[in-house]
Amino acid sequence: MHLSETVTSGFFFLAPWLVFAPLTGLLINLIFGKWFKFSEKMVGTVASLASGAAFVVSVLLAYSVSINHGEMVRWRLAEWIHVGTLQLDWTFRMDSLSTTMMLVVSGVGTLIHIYAIGYMHEDVRFKKEEGRFPRFFIFLNLFIAAMMILVSGDSYMMLFVGWEGVGLCSFLLIGFWYEMDTLARPSWANSNAAKKAFITNRVGDFGFLIAGFLMFWYLGSFQFDQVFEAAKSAPPEIIVAITLFMLVGVAGKSAQIPLYIWLPDAMAGPTPVSALIHAATMVTAGVYLVTRSAEIYTLVPQAQYIVAMVGAGTALFAATIAVGQYDIKKVLAYSTISQLGFMVAAVGMGAYVAGMFHLITHAFFKALLFLSAGSVILGMERGHHHLAHAHHESKPAKGKKSSKETHDDSHHDEIFDPGDMRNMGGLRKTMPVTFWLYIIGTLALAGIFPFAGFWSKDEILLDASLHFTSIYWQLTLAAFLTAFYMGRQIWMVFFGEPRHAAAAHAEESPKVMTVPLMVLAALSILGGALNLPFEGFHNLGHWLGYTLAEVESLPLDLKVAGISTVLALAAILTSWLLYGRNPLKAGQIDPLKRPLGFIFTGMENKWFVDEGYFAIIINPFKKLSQFLADVIDWQFWHDFVHDTVILGTYNWLSEIALDHYADQKGIDAFANWLGTATQSVSATLRKIQNGFVRSYALSVMLGVVLILGYLIFK
Amino acid sequence: MKFLFEPLTLLTFFPLLGVIVLLFMNSEAKTAIRWVAMVTSLLTFGISLWVLSQFNASNPDLQLVAKYSWINVAGWNIYYYLAVDGLSILLVLLTAFLTPISLLSTWTAVEERVKDFMIFFLLLEVGMMGVFLAQDLFMFYVFWEFTLVPMYFLIGLWGGPRRIYAAVKFFLYTMAGSILMLVAILWLGIYGNTFSVPDLIAKGSIPTGIQWWLFLAFTAAFAIKVPMWPLHSWLPDAHVEAPTAGSVILAGVLLKMGTYGFLRFNIPLFPEATVKAAPWIALFATIGIIYGAAVSYAQKDVKKLVAYSSVSHLGFVMLGMFALNVQGVSGAILQMINHGLSTGALFLLIGMVYEQTHTREIKVYGGLWKVMPIFGTIMLIASLSSMGLPGLNGFVGEFTILLGAFGSKAIGSPWYAGISAIGVIMAAVYILYMFQKMFLGPAGEITQHHQLKDLNWRELLTVTPLLILMFWIGLYPAPFFNLIAPAVEKLISALPL
Repeated sequence: MHLSETVTSGFFFLAPWLVFAPLTGLLINLIFGKWFKFSEKMVGTVASLASGAAFVVSVLLAYSVSINHGEMVRWRLAEWIHVGTLQLDWTFRMDSLSTTMMLVVSGVGTLIHIYAIGYMHEDVRFKKEEGRFPRFFIFLNLFIAAMMILVSGDSYMMLFVGWEGVGLCSFLLIGFWYEMDTLARPSWANSNAAKKAFITNRVGDFGFLIAGFLMFWYLGSFQFDQVFEAAKSAPPEIIVAITLFMLVGVAGKSAQIPLYIWLPDAMAGPTPVSALIHAATMVTAGVYLVTRSAEIYTLVPQAQYIVAMVGAGTALFAATIAVGQYDIKKVLAYSTISQLGFMVAAVGMGAYVAGMFHLITHAFFKALLFLSAGSVILGMERGHHHLAHAHHESKPAKGKKSSKETHDDSHHDEIFDPGDMRNMGGLRKTMPVTFWLYIIGTLALAGIFPFAGFWSKDEILLDASLHFTSIYWQLTLAAFLTAFYMGRQIWMVFFGEPRHAAAAHAEESPKVMTVPLMVLAALSILGGALNLPFEGFHNLGHWLGYTLAEVESLPLDLKVAGISTVLALAAILTSWLLYGRNPLKAGQIDPLKRPLGFIFTGMENKWFVDEGYFAIIINPFKKLSQFLADVIDWQFWHDFVHDTVILGTYNWLSEIALDHYADQKGIDAFANWLGTATQSVSATLRKIQNGFVRSYALSVMLGVVLILGYLIFK
Repeated sequence: MKFLFEPLTLLTFFPLLGVIVLLFMNSEAKTAIRWVAMVTSLLTFGISLWVLSQFNASNPDLQLVAKYSWINVAGWNIYYYLAVDGLSILLVLLTAFLTPISLLSTWTAVEERVKDFMIFFLLLEVGMMGVFLAQDLFMFYVFWEFTLVPMYFLIGLWGGPRRIYAAVKFFLYTMAGSILMLVAILWLGIYGNTFSVPDLIAKGSIPTGIQWWLFLAFTAAFAIKVPMWPLHSWLPDAHVEAPTAGSVILAGVLLKMGTYGFLRFNIPLFPEATVKAAPWIALFATIGIIYGAAVSYAQKDVKKLVAYSSVSHLGFVMLGMFALNVQGVSGAILQMINHGLSTGALFLLIGMVYEQTHTREIKVYGGLWKVMPIFGTIMLIASLSSMGLPGLNGFVGEFTILLGAFGSKAIGSPWYAGISAIGVIMAAVYILYMFQKMFLGPAGEITQHHQLKDLNWRELLTVTPLLILMFWIGLYPAPFFNLIAPAVEKLISALPL
């Protein structure tokens, strides 16, 4: 199992610090935070520095890989599970693919840590839970550590440790405000969302585990290179099974059909979490997994085709739902599912570089969009807070009880949803910085030249147009819808007139939040330069080519690029015609609702997929488990078979057989001695016990006599 | 009298010294009584560590052997025979480790008849040690039956409202199986002219037809103890009614006596029957895994939920053991320890909050994490360990078990492991359900109306050792696997596979 570690120059010895650095930050905040009464700034700084240190290590590792001409290097930290031929180690793997992921995770991660200092400062105050601030950063650091294990592991099982670890962090952070719903009302909603994410991911992990078992017994190892080597001579049906079970895992983690359902609910987490975990990094783990396993997927084209179809189907399906959403984060959530579909489709088609390219640019612009949306939501909160304050001061004389009464029937004090786009409008005036940042993110996502998304999405479309026509058309349609729902969002949020007083009083966010956004905006504009479709500019392709066996470097195809650009512009124009020309008024129904009818109802209600899952899986499971527990296990097995049949028969027999032997007084004394509880037990039960203990005493006696008798008289 | 100075004699019977001291103490001197019991159990744990230092991990055979002729009547050879090997060393350590922890948890929870409680508890430790160390069938049987007595009283005297019912059921259920085992033991003694297990194994094969009957007789005793589905009906009663410390020991150690019995007696004594029975055991184990997890999810009483989860977890242990390959069996042994740690911790933690609220109904809690942050965090770690999160102990055991079972020649089909892996999803369902309804969400009745205090130093001290081991085994299980590996290799290589 131990491949000899290549002795190379570089900073490879730093590899464990990818994990230890964020863990150190976590431990400092966890252990010393309370004792030394760390301020919020201190907590945030420690956590950001820890994440930043991981970024520095990533840079050094990537540099070391590049000076070694892309040679892969392992760094073994310790042994993990060694049982027979099962040999698992804590070994880090550094090659161009893993270091790329490290850079994205720690780079975007650090920016989001910094942003979160500002965001959480306000969030904990709106929720009146200031003591919970440090916990957020502890979880965030834990996430970085787990994600680093995921991307740097040298075997499928070490990857799996990170894989489930990030799932745990996702659970903890979705449920960060576990006692409320997204509108801060006491509720089970957020914790339900957290639980849903964990369990859905576990379904995916089940697939991953089965793939792992097959891998071990048919390919003999979990270590990447050994698996790839053995796969070449393995029966293809085994490889198909492995890759398809792995796809179940991918569908869970990267939110693909049919396991995507957890991701929209995951928006219950604070916005930095949505940006970091549920857009930029964790959800792309599935894409990374397929890319990492390129060598086994390449062996089975039929499995690759299924992966690509799942991806393309998800891309289109999720895009249709995004069109019908009103929550600013929900739109982005479905957009993320859709974009992940693009990536999965790409790696399914074998266009690994295109998939990774889109993964990177998407991390930039989707993190930008989410964080800007967070800025919008906080801006709305500030506006609402401002209003409530003014409102409160205008009538200070009211007693507590009467103010509660007015709270109930006054329309003005209704529950306010700061994330509902129907409450927004005209925010470009009150939040100009956020507005421009949002525009940049939108143009990148919509794939407008020359923003980052244009280049990466086009590469995927181009590959599809060359190999799989049906996938090409699905993705192109999805791209059209993407530009449309983003246009719809822009018009609804930033243009027109405020539809709620809070929007009129919205305030811009502080610099600690907007500066990281500007960095992300710059990356969203320039990110395309990573891999331009011109001779000599396929930088990412060249870099990943060190790790991936085949890399396609396609030149720009004006036809594909032209079609997608024209469609994107057309989509934005359509959205302007519907939402921009005549801005939505307060209380007005969506202009798409009438022309689309039941189709729009479907989009609005997410095609009733959650309801379907409840009807087909969740409710039947609940009923089954209730039935097994109450009827089968308790009423039948416990009460009837044991207490009535066995106990009853035994008791009846012993009454007949033992009446002559038993000393009623002695037994009663014994029962009384057992304690006062005897009184509370019913007389019938006591009678049964008496019979029992009596017969037990007899059987022990019998046993002893038997043994001794045998021993003596043999 | 030389046998008195053997290390394993000392380890087994040392708690009796504490019992003797306790007998002469005034029953009102509760604190002193607690300290005597605690010091005794800590010294016993110290002795177990000393035994560990004397243990040679690379030797697959029985070690620190204390073998003396005990009863020698009519040509019968019953030995005083204590020894330890890789199959039992971890369980011995677990017993010595969990006893002081359980005692610490009773510090304020047990106020009545403290002296009697401590005496029974130390007697129970003697019994458990004896079960794991005895290598003579007769001696084993004596210890096996002996453990019933103190446990019967621990449930019956310090238990909940239906304690008498639960205690009697626990006693009789176990007895019923044991009687069949006794018959088989007698048969073996006559057949082999010895009760010494190593001698019986060395003597070689018992006719296959008879092996079946003996296998079944031993299985009757052990399967009830594990408990394997569908013989689990005594377990929820016993757990729900037992005091916290009783539940910890019951789940942590007593159930392992069943799985250990299979490992020590069924597999090496009846190899042909074992191989033949493997698919059947795997079938029952798989049903138990799924059934236990499903029933767990429907529970309203948190202790009952954990009790049924044991049915599921012990199913994993049985599945791995009867995979009869090195991954499966090693994983099964490690999972016995893991289950002791994680379920032990869950029972301890539930006991801590029960002491304050006196209810175990899940739905009256809610929002506990907010008022008891340290408690919530520790509960989360114990829950994650129980549901097998990688990086914690439960995963290492479950993964190796499922891996072993998936490719097991003896079981012969990957379906058992495949279906059992669904149990991993279902574990997340019931554990997260429990965690959510008690610790997350808005504050429930109890959380609102009680002035709940977070864990104090004593309670932290009680669970911290368990937490350390959860991380240790999860991240670096090598020292544990190294202890068991040679003995497992030896056990498997003797099977006709």
